[in-house]
Amino acid sequence: MPGNWPLSKRRKALVERGAIFNRVRSFFQEKGYLEVETPFRIPAPAPEAHIDAVASAGWFLQTSPELCMKRMLAAGYQRIFQICRCWRDGERGVRHLSEFTMLEWYRAGADYRHLMEETEALVQAAAALPRIGYRGLTIDLALPWERVTVAEAFRLYAGTSVSEALGAGSFDQIMVEQIEPRLGLTRPTFIYDYPPCCAALARLKKDDPTVAERFELYIGGLEIANAFSELTDPAEQRIRFEAAAAERASSGKAPYPVAEKFLAALGAMPDSAGIALGLDRLVMVLLDAESIDEVVAFTTEEL
Amino acid sequence: MYTAADLRKGLKIAIDNEPYIITAFDFAKPGKGQALYRTKLKNMITGSTLDRTYRSGETFEPANLEDRKMQYLYKEDDHYCFMDNDTFEQIHINEAAMGDAKNYLIDNLAVDVLIFREKAIGVDVPNFVNLRVVQTDPWVKGDTSGSDSKPATLETGYVLRVPPFIEEGELITIDTRTGEYSTRVKG
Repeated sequence: MPGNWPLSKRRKALVERGAIFNRVRSFFQEKGYLEVETPFRIPAPAPEAHIDAVASAGWFLQTSPELCMKRMLAAGYQRIFQICRCWRDGERGVRHLSEFTMLEWYRAGADYRHLMEETEALVQAAAALPRIGYRGLTIDLALPWERVTVAEAFRLYAGTSVSEALGAGSFDQIMVEQIEPRLGLTRPTFIYDYPPCCAALARLKKDDPTVAERFELYIGGLEIANAFSELTDPAEQRIRFEAAAAERASSGKAPYPVAEKFLAALGAMPDSAGIALGLDRLVMVLLDAESIDEVVAFTTEEL
Repeated sequence: MYTAADLRKGLKIAIDNEPYIITAFDFAKPGKGQALYRTKLKNMITGSTLDRTYRSGETFEPANLEDRKMQYLYKEDDHYCFMDNDTFEQIHINEAAMGDAKNYLIDNLAVDVLIFREKAIGVDVPNFVNLRVVQTDPWVKGDTSGSDSKPATLETGYVLRVPPFIEEGELITIDTRTGEYSTRVKG
C-alpha cells in the first residue's frame, strides 16, 4: 500500500463515488432517459460573462454540454442525460476543480418545476439514505424540500431587495456571504426565480416577466445544481448571447465564435427544461467531504 | 504584480505599502455569477488581521520584502535565532512572527529570513522538509483498507496525519505549503 498515499487513502471515497454514479445511471434508465455523449471539444461555447472556457487547438473544451444536448432535443430526442467532464478556466478552491464532472439532463415537455421534483427523486436515489450528515449538519432528504424565491431570500437573509443589490453590483457577494450559508441546512433548498440578467438561457416566467424560470439546488450551503425552463426563441437567444459577449468584451475577455448551429436548431426545440448538476459536489455532500479533492482520484496539482 | 487568480494561502502582498500574508483563502463563485476571492490577511509587522474579498480583474503588488539566506540555530524563550552564513551575523525573531514555519525548524535548516525596512519580520522555509517521527502508534497488521491515517508527532513537536504504515523513527517529507505529509524518505 505504500506508493501514492493521497491516491490510496481515497479508495473508500472512490468506491462510494462509483456506487453513487451507478445509482444515478439506474435512476435515469428507469425513467426512460437515453444516456448520450457529445464532444468535449467544441468550436463555440455559450458566451457567459463569468465562465471562461479553456482553449484547445483553436477550439474550446466545453464548459457544459448544454448546446450540443439542446441540438439533440431539437432533433427529437426527448429525454437525454449525460455524465461528462467540463472545464472552467481559473476555477479552483475547496469546492471547485477547473476540470470537473457534470451531470446534465434535458426533458422535452417539462418546465423547471417538473425538474425540481425529478431532482428530489434523483438525489434521494443517489443517496440511498433518508438523511445525511454533512459538516456537522443533519440534513433530512424526505419531502417536502424547502423552496424559496431569490427575492424572498434577499429580503429574509440580507434585508435588501434584488434590484438594490443588482444596482449596487453586490448581488453575487450577498449571495455568497449572506444567502448561500443559510440554504439547505436542515433539508435541501431550491432557490428559484432569478433576475433575467442572471439567466442567459432561461425562459422568462409567463405570469411575471421580471424573473426567469431558473432554480438552483443547495444542500448544506453547497451549490449542487442549476436548472432552467429553456429559452426556445432563437431571436431572443441571439440578443442574449450578444449581451453576454459584450459584457465579456468589456472586461477584456477574448470573444468566442457565435454558436450558429445551435441558434439555427433552437427554433425546432420543443418546450423543455434542463439541469446541470455538479456530481463531484453531490458526492462531497453524500460522503461528508470537506474538500472536492477528497472525492476525485486526481486533482490538477497532482498530475 | 499578481492578479486575483494568483491569490492563495501563504502569498505575501502589499496593502498601503505594508506587507501582508494570506492566512486563509477561499474561492467562491455563486451559480453563474462572478468569482470572489475571500481572504484573511495578517499584517506581517503588527500581526493585526483583516478580511478582504477581491474580484476578478483586481491586481496586487508583491510585499516589498528582502530575502536573506540564513540558517536556523536555536530557540531561546520565545525567540528563534538565525545566522547569516557569510557574515555570521545573528538575528532573533519572536514566535508570533514565525507563523507555521516554526513547525519545521530543525537545527541548521536553511531558510529565507524576510526583511522589511531593515527589520526581520518572518521566515520562509523550503517547500519540502524532511523530519523524523518521534511518536506514532503501530500499524495494526492486516489492515489493508488503505483509507485510514493516524496522528504522528515530529521531532519539532508538530503533529500531523500520516499513513498507517509510517513507524516511529522514520524520516518523512512534509509539504510546508499545506502542512501535510508528502512521502516517506527511503533508507
